[in-house]
Amino acid sequence: MNVANEAVAGHAPHARVVHIEHGAHAAAHGATHKQYIVGFLLAIALTVVPFALVMTHSVAGTPLFIAGFAVAQILVHVLYFLHVNGSEQQRWNLTALIYTAIVVGIVMGGSIWIMHHLYINMMPGMMHGSMD
Amino acid sequence: MSESIVMHDGALALKPGYVDHAADALRDLRWSRDAIDFQVEHHHDVAATAQLGFWLYLMSDCLLFSGLFATYSVLSGHTAGGPSGQSLFELPYVLVETMFLLVSSFTCGLATLAMGSGRRNATVGWLALTFLLGLGFVGMEVHEFAHLIAIGAGPSHSAFLSSFFTLVATHGLHVTCGLIWMAVMMATVLKKGLTPSTQSRLNCLSLFWHFLDIIWVGVFSLVYLFGVAH
Amino acid sequence: MLGKLTLSAIPYTNPIVMGAVAFMVLGAIAVLGLVTFLGKWKYLWTEWLTSVDHKRIGIMYLILGGVMLLRGFADAIMMRSQQALAYGHSMGYLPPEHFDQVFSAHGTIMIFFMAMPMVIGLMNCVLPLQIGARDVAFPFLNNLSLWLTVAGAILINVSLAIGNFSRTGWLAYPPLSELHFSPGVGVDYWIWALQVSGIGTTLSGVNFIATILKMRAPGMTLMRMPVFTWAALCTNILIVAVFPILTVTLALLTMDRYLGMHFFTNSLGGDPMMYLNLIWIWGHPEVYILILPLFGVYSEIVPTFSGKPLFGYTSMVYATMAIALLSMLVWLHHFFTMGNGGDVNAFFGITTMIIAVPTGVKIFNWLFTMYRGRIRFTTPMLWTIGFMITFTVGGMTGVLLSEPPADFVLHNSLFLVAHFHNVIIGGVVFGVFAGLSYWAPKIFGFALDERLGKWAFWCWFIGFYVAFMPLYILGLMGATRRLDHYDVAAWHPLFIVAAAGAVIIFCGILFQLAQVAVSIAHREQLRDSTGDPWHGRTLEWSLPSPAPAYNFARIPVVRDRDAFWDMKQRGVDLSASTFVPIHMPRNKGAGIIMAGFALVTAFSMVWHIWWLAVAGLAGVLVTLIRHNFDDDRDFHIGAEEVRRVEGLHGRVHARSM
Repeated sequence: MNVANEAVAGHAPHARVVHIEHGAHAAAHGATHKQYIVGFLLAIALTVVPFALVMTHSVAGTPLFIAGFAVAQILVHVLYFLHVNGSEQQRWNLTALIYTAIVVGIVMGGSIWIMHHLYINMMPGMMHGSMD
Repeated sequence: MSESIVMHDGALALKPGYVDHAADALRDLRWSRDAIDFQVEHHHDVAATAQLGFWLYLMSDCLLFSGLFATYSVLSGHTAGGPSGQSLFELPYVLVETMFLLVSSFTCGLATLAMGSGRRNATVGWLALTFLLGLGFVGMEVHEFAHLIAIGAGPSHSAFLSSFFTLVATHGLHVTCGLIWMAVMMATVLKKGLTPSTQSRLNCLSLFWHFLDIIWVGVFSLVYLFGVAH
Repeated sequence: MLGKLTLSAIPYTNPIVMGAVAFMVLGAIAVLGLVTFLGKWKYLWTEWLTSVDHKRIGIMYLILGGVMLLRGFADAIMMRSQQALAYGHSMGYLPPEHFDQVFSAHGTIMIFFMAMPMVIGLMNCVLPLQIGARDVAFPFLNNLSLWLTVAGAILINVSLAIGNFSRTGWLAYPPLSELHFSPGVGVDYWIWALQVSGIGTTLSGVNFIATILKMRAPGMTLMRMPVFTWAALCTNILIVAVFPILTVTLALLTMDRYLGMHFFTNSLGGDPMMYLNLIWIWGHPEVYILILPLFGVYSEIVPTFSGKPLFGYTSMVYATMAIALLSMLVWLHHFFTMGNGGDVNAFFGITTMIIAVPTGVKIFNWLFTMYRGRIRFTTPMLWTIGFMITFTVGGMTGVLLSEPPADFVLHNSLFLVAHFHNVIIGGVVFGVFAGLSYWAPKIFGFALDERLGKWAFWCWFIGFYVAFMPLYILGLMGATRRLDHYDVAAWHPLFIVAAAGAVIIFCGILFQLAQVAVSIAHREQLRDSTGDPWHGRTLEWSLPSPAPAYNFARIPVVRDRDAFWDMKQRGVDLSASTFVPIHMPRNKGAGIIMAGFALVTAFSMVWHIWWLAVAGLAGVLVTLIRHNFDDDRDFHIGAEEVRRVEGLHGRVHARSM
């Protein structure tokens, strides 16, 4: 209180030191029972369907569909189990995740593109393998 | 008091997040703008930093797997006249394996919730269940490998097999490390209880465990489902 | 019992190698003997080897880099002298199998055990001070990273005495590096040295990103960070992104060599081209990891010694980020000639050309900063100006090489060798020396001798051009890299000139060694008593020199870019009358112990001593688990101790109330 009185009296000290504390670490990052149950059920569905499509030799069991289900399930895991969202707390996590996804895309996409061209030019007559 | 300033231990203190508005806040009390140049007590959020650090490590691990996925994609057709995925993979078996891991991800989430509400025994209980399910997953994977090696489809027989075994086994190795970590954490929780440092580590473990399930989604899709669908 | 290891692994019959080994062993004995004689083992263990203090860890990284610079330079002198001699009938003095090891060791050591430790060392010493933090985010992890890097360096040095090193260049391309063509232990030494130190580097990357994102002083928004901090952030993001790819690629080669797999073999479906693809996905960002921090160093030095704020801060930040991003899109230019075809080559040729643009932006920003400034030609500024000239030349030859048609002629010629030495020496090495001479007062408490520093600079600068300009000409004349002998008469004089250049650089190194000795001897005259010897602009200069263990007694609140300059303008008083206890992490031995076990594991893997490798791994695991249960992680420095230390540097004034 001395400090405040001094200030009010017009004698504000030149370099004042202040005690500042950050708030206590915020509680749960959006984790609730409901989140886990919904996520779990979605993940099961997104697992069983592609397996069924391929195991029954369905026409829809194409790589594109399988990839789509995989991406969807990964998103489910990220949202419901890892709680990564647009909130302030998760901002750096989300940024890091997006950046990682980009680099993964470059590594996988770039490698497949390059190696595919190499095979066409350098290994004529050889099988190319399941690159898509 | 203003909305931004409180009394704390006999001194005036700014509420968190108001440093940049310090001048505005202090104008209320007719302090000069130059008043605040230093902080004495500066606590950065240790738990949040640890989470971010671990998350960054997980991102690096993602990239490690991306290298393995890229290699598998490129070499999966190089069967050198030997067996391909279509002839080797048994999807029902893989589906069961996948369920082991997926359910363990769910029980891990329940363990996290129990930890959040301070229930020590429930936390250890759910972790133990997660551990058993994870162990089941690893057991099934080792069984599959042993079978493949026994029928002459081991990793040294073609580039396809080398990349298959390496990708799947690297994931399995990560799961195994997770199991060892889980055992250590269960022991730690029983010994020390749910202290802040234990909770922080459990959060990291659960991040790790969920991340491994994400990688597995990639594995069963790109390796097993793609392999059979072709 | 001992795997493949026998006494015959020691190369008794090779006098040159045995001479080098003797030199190394004597040096080690001298150091160990000195420590014993001075009775400093306990001090060394408690204050340095187990230290989790970023300032001490940084100094140890710098020492590692300096020692390995000498080792790598010895390799360079050997190559230059061999090539100056080995024309026509003369075969020189290095047989091919030895020469091959020398160039492989030279590249591996210079990149992984000289440049990387120097860069990480500078970041360790300076970064937390620049952002107003008391340490990095994970001090123990920092210690572990250091010792894993040292373990890798030790392994490479052991390869000189026991067995031999790889003969496959610094990147060990298959199929040559596969077991079929390299059945010895050399490639295995290379693999494990890089694997162990690579883990350390990746962990450092995580550490620094978390530090920069989470531990800045209040008020220091991202756009108020010093440019060196920005550069470090982008560098460490690259490290975390690409070192895992190196880890994978090394592991796959290991699988081929140890478990008979077929990733990169010539048979059963293996594909050596995939190795090149993967290793360069790592390798290109790696060179940007090396240069970006030094761009940051230059961005600190130029404003300070021009007496002006940095021109174009925002464009500098964006240019750094652009370089980091683009560096992930150019890797194929390292193998234009592998057969990728026109489409792929064109794409990567264009991206490679584009990446030159943000670097150009930086050069112009530095020049505009200098324009109408009051320039002080101190040693750091000389290195910086030397860099600007030299790096520009090297960058231009890089753009030349980025054209696939030109690259088809120049790939793997001495032109290429000249180009990358041009940018690495002109950029990275000059930058390290600039940073060391700039921050020496802050790190050590005393400046480095200016006169010797200038002589060292001129020798390096002139020596570099004399050594490498002939290589450009040789490359255009058709000389390929890594030749231990040649028959073209016209090449001979150029190789002799290049060797002379290496000797001039050697003089530069001698001046630097002298500079270190003289500076230590004269440290009282060179002492920095104010903490701000250069009229600096950033927060590290607000601290005493050297910085106290806890860095900041009070964390400054940042109002603007060039935070310290701003504080000086506002007349902020750096002295205090009130102090509080400061929370500090405790020194730990688990890091060096784990790295020691890792070294045992790596050595055992090289020599196929399986039981010892398992034991080593078990040792790592046990130490890690014990560390997990160790609760004694921190302590407090009492307020009175803080007051005492601050008082030593004149930062205390009488209580005013």
